Amino acid sequence: MRASSVLKAAGPGRALPSKLVKASGVIVSLILTFVGLTAVTFTIGRVMPADPVLAIVGDRASQEVYDQVFLQLGLDKPIYVQYLKYLGQLLQGDLGTSIMTAQPVAEDILRFFPATMELATVATLLGVFVGIPMGVLAAVKQGRWPDHVVRVIGLIGYSAPIFWLGMVALLVFYARLDWVAGPGRLDVFYDGIVDPVSGILLLDAALAGEWDIFDNALDHLILPASILGTFALAYIARMTRSFMLDQLGQEYILTARVKGIPEWQVIWRHAFRNVLVQLITIIGLTYASLLEGSVLTETIFSWPGIGLYITKSLFNNDMNAVLGGTIVVGVCFVGINMLSDLLYKLVDPRVR
Amino acid sequence: MMDAALLRVEELHVSYNTPTGLVQAVKGVSFELGREKLGIVGESGSGKSQTGRAILGLTAPGGEVRARRIEFEGTDLLHADRRTMRHIRGAGISMIMQDPKYSLNPVMTVGKQIEEAFLVHSKDSKREAYRRTLEMLRAVKIREPDRVYRAYPHEVSGGMGQRIMIAMMMIPEPSIIIADEPTSALDVTVQLQVLAVLDDMISERGMGLIFISHDLNLIASFCDRILIMYGGQVMEECNAAELHRARHPYTRGLLDCLPRLGGSQHELSVLRRDPAWLETRGETS
Amino acid sequence: MTTLTLRGWLLAEVPRSKGQARCQRVFISWLAFKRNPVAVIGLLIIASLVMVALLAPWLTSTEALELNLAKRLQPPGGEHWFGTDELGRDILDRIIWGSRITLYIVGLVSIIVVPIGLVIGVVAGYIGGWVDNFLMRLTDIFLAFPRLILAMALVAALGPGLENAVLAIALTTWSPFARIARAEALTIRNSDFILAARMQGVSTAGILTRHVAPLCMSSVIVRLTLDMAGIILTAAGLGFLGLGAQPPTPEWGAMISLGRQYLIDQWWVPTMPGIAILVVSLGFNLLGDGLRDVFDPKSGGNQ
Repeated sequence: MRASSVLKAAGPGRALPSKLVKASGVIVSLILTFVGLTAVTFTIGRVMPADPVLAIVGDRASQEVYDQVFLQLGLDKPIYVQYLKYLGQLLQGDLGTSIMTAQPVAEDILRFFPATMELATVATLLGVFVGIPMGVLAAVKQGRWPDHVVRVIGLIGYSAPIFWLGMVALLVFYARLDWVAGPGRLDVFYDGIVDPVSGILLLDAALAGEWDIFDNALDHLILPASILGTFALAYIARMTRSFMLDQLGQEYILTARVKGIPEWQVIWRHAFRNVLVQLITIIGLTYASLLEGSVLTETIFSWPGIGLYITKSLFNNDMNAVLGGTIVVGVCFVGINMLSDLLYKLVDPRVR
Repeated sequence: MMDAALLRVEELHVSYNTPTGLVQAVKGVSFELGREKLGIVGESGSGKSQTGRAILGLTAPGGEVRARRIEFEGTDLLHADRRTMRHIRGAGISMIMQDPKYSLNPVMTVGKQIEEAFLVHSKDSKREAYRRTLEMLRAVKIREPDRVYRAYPHEVSGGMGQRIMIAMMMIPEPSIIIADEPTSALDVTVQLQVLAVLDDMISERGMGLIFISHDLNLIASFCDRILIMYGGQVMEECNAAELHRARHPYTRGLLDCLPRLGGSQHELSVLRRDPAWLETRGETS
Repeated sequence: MTTLTLRGWLLAEVPRSKGQARCQRVFISWLAFKRNPVAVIGLLIIASLVMVALLAPWLTSTEALELNLAKRLQPPGGEHWFGTDELGRDILDRIIWGSRITLYIVGLVSIIVVPIGLVIGVVAGYIGGWVDNFLMRLTDIFLAFPRLILAMALVAALGPGLENAVLAIALTTWSPFARIARAEALTIRNSDFILAARMQGVSTAGILTRHVAPLCMSSVIVRLTLDMAGIILTAAGLGFLGLGAQPPTPEWGAMISLGRQYLIDQWWVPTMPGIAILVVSLGFNLLGDGLRDVFDPKSGGNQ
């Protein structure tokens, strides 16, 4: 990913065939990752528990029920047949049925997912718009107090257990100061008024023109998003700082200074433009990891997203739901990273 | 050849504070530069590049510059404020660096980078900047200036990159160009092309040139006057034409280890360094 | 005077022996490290963590797991610096005992992860070809997984508990080490001294274990230190969700989980263990940052 290696990759003689090879390489690795992911979830779900049937029916079920489930799961067949069948079901969007909600897991997830997306998106935006300037500032003032302040803030955000941070924030800003609304997405009072069109409450409320609800939703969102955003901010600021330092040490920066360009332009027009290209991948990575990181935040804030869904299913021994959620988050994770990689290739002239 | 000096450097010291102690890169270098081609030659680590950077006030962080005087066209560079310094960089003194692969911004088109160098020091319009840029590209013998204008640095060859660098550094019309190993990263055949372009432009515009290199031969044939540096100090100063008459043992050593066509076939001598050379001059400030 | 000559010996330009060269390397690294105040703080934090864990029996007055219902939920004060929990146990004492669990988790994960990552990475990088392709695909797959969720699913299948949590974390942590070791091995592979060793007839296994692997260690160790905080946080997260160490074990994440219901009125119960987690993972991050600055100045160090 470093500049020097990228430089070599781009020669004048790049024709269509090499692009095709690259594209097919991406697709192959995507497929392989998917196969790997499902192999792991399959192993966790069907192979690892001493008795997957017992895990489903419970130990008080009759022998008849037990046998029926045993056959239903196809456990009499060889493992690879079971896996292929599992894969087939997944490809049709069949993640099994949840024991907890008695509905298809896929439908459940569709219902819970937008809440997580809303949270992760706002958190990432916070991280981007606060973290990047912080990182740039730290790099420019390297070794002086702004650098130390940003580094320490970043490291604290990086080091604090997110669930604990959320609890403390709830205690201070909700219970003591009463600045923000408490757990959940809305006050009970407003629940179910707006039609879930996109599932993203801020969007739905705005579309319906229900500004009271919009305000209330924002009030509820701000704290969990800030907590989740702290991690995003810390990570992005840290990476920005390190990329920026790397770029500021490059020769072309010296060239720009020799030309007599004002320092702020050297920083933003020259160094930062190079950093931005690299940051695209980092922002994608942050967003993907926030989708996952929301598990703990959602638990603390009773935020009805996919993280809460997975955790609750876990305690109800609802393996279908847990594994379904794992696959969906995993696919999003891989997908977003792949997407940001593509975007990076579009933006960087050296690999275009 | 030497009229009023453009640049006066007296007793320049550059030192770096490293974990293992203070490292003195430049120890009391003095010279003057008129509208001429001055070569600074030395091995790596002799402080020649540090000298160039110190003049521009671009010593890397952690480095400390001391001098009795650094004066450019009557301006004291040691005590100049940031604005003055910025104005002098580019418009007064400019610098060409070693490898265009690293010294051009990889995500900015060549044309924009040259234009920028012009616009920073001029109030002219963008259109004028564009026109001047193409003119400059033509002046450094680039055949398709339109195409190169829109190219990114990785799309051009090393020799072309270095000519672009020359165009960029010449466009604000500085009085002095510092060229820091401008051809070391290039193929031998391309080296000569680039040098020819540089030579043309320097003499055409009557600028002063400081040519920094480790290559004594190159310097001797390209420059008017030579400064030989070793261990952060100037060992000897002489006219290029009189190099063969140099007296200092270090210079003699350098000359002796150059292979000569048609000369006797005996073994080349190995450069011998004597720490006593550094002690004789000692610290003065 | 002795210190002066020792310093001179350590900074001599031409080392006289292998031992001196080695000491010099360590000393020069230490000089660079010492200049970085942030890293020194990190080192101090980790050193105190280890001390506290070692001295736990002497630092605690009461047996940490002992109940004392008469003294439940007392606020921080002279007798109980961090207050007491819902069962009247001294929170500070429990945190002190908990430091052993933290070190146990971190140590166990490292012991599993480093050899796996090193072996896969070094073999892939040195041998190359289809072996490299296969191993790196495998690594990529694990690298692409969301860590916490996969660990959760694994623990859900294996059953909650400290060892299973460690196993789950290890399984989702080894892949970056393989990547780093491979990158190092790739550069080392083509160096002249490896060629020299090969021409002397050293076997591939010998080259890998005696030359390549040791040279990968410094980057692996830096990465490990930086990853420690992540490991601690994941372990605490699993503990918080009830999937890690089970009560009454004084694992910090589990302590926060149990104290959660007392948050509003007895804030210290869940807050104190959280501070402990924060401080320790901060320590590892600071130390890792400093080590990276020393060993790998390219990636954003003081250069």
